[in-house]
Amino acid sequence: MEQKTTVHAEENRQEIHIAREFDLPLPLLFKAYTDPEIVEQWMGTKVLKLENKRHGSWAFETTDPKGNKHNFNGVIHEFVTNEKITRTFEMENTSFPVQLEFLEFNKLTDNSSKIKMQIVYKSVELRDQMLQLPFKQGINMAHDRLQNLFKK
Amino acid sequence: MNLRRDVYQAIADPTRRTIMLLLTTQAMTAGAIASKFDTARPTVSKHLQILTECELLKPKQNGREILYQLNPEKIKEIADFIEPFRQMWEQRFNKLESIMQQYK
Repeated sequence: MEQKTTVHAEENRQEIHIAREFDLPLPLLFKAYTDPEIVEQWMGTKVLKLENKRHGSWAFETTDPKGNKHNFNGVIHEFVTNEKITRTFEMENTSFPVQLEFLEFNKLTDNSSKIKMQIVYKSVELRDQMLQLPFKQGINMAHDRLQNLFKK
Repeated sequence: MNLRRDVYQAIADPTRRTIMLLLTTQAMTAGAIASKFDTARPTVSKHLQILTECELLKPKQNGREILYQLNPEKIKEIADFIEPFRQMWEQRFNKLESIMQQYK
């Protein structure tokens, strides 16, 4: 199967690069990042605030399958329509420090576009921890299921 | 629906991950695996089929029985811890793309 999304995490660096090409005109790709109702759909989160402007701020609230609420927020530093968004990203009530995200939007053809994300973390260790979160969640979910099976 | 026989798609499903965890300790028949789940036997068979097609499992004939066991080589491929992170973004972006197609 074609893997459209690439993730590069060089060893001993505190950043990661994510890239993806879309069969979408550039303005539609950009709209997916700026229209709160659309962001809610593909990010699977509630958008509490999304001020698409320099020095604007954003806030999301995500409910996990167990019903726990997780809050995220940040500040937008650069906002250039159809070109770039630079913003901070912070998970509330966790020990993870704020991270810096550079989003670059590019037109490929009239009907295709590309996003490049560079995420910078406070340290190499924190970057590696963040990368491992989905892996650990997957393993934990599987273990929970197993434990439930054996409880019966 | 687009049925993709991709290893990461295969392990994205919690039931299939549980099957794989069960098989880390021993090879098992389809019946023995199904007995660990509440779901119907055909559902488990479907999961086994998907895991086998992705080469995550290797069926082995043992007399009249077929035993399912993990395929260590394929497992090594997915041991890369970055992959679930990449997969998370892949799924988000796939969703973004399909939602925005409607605005074309």
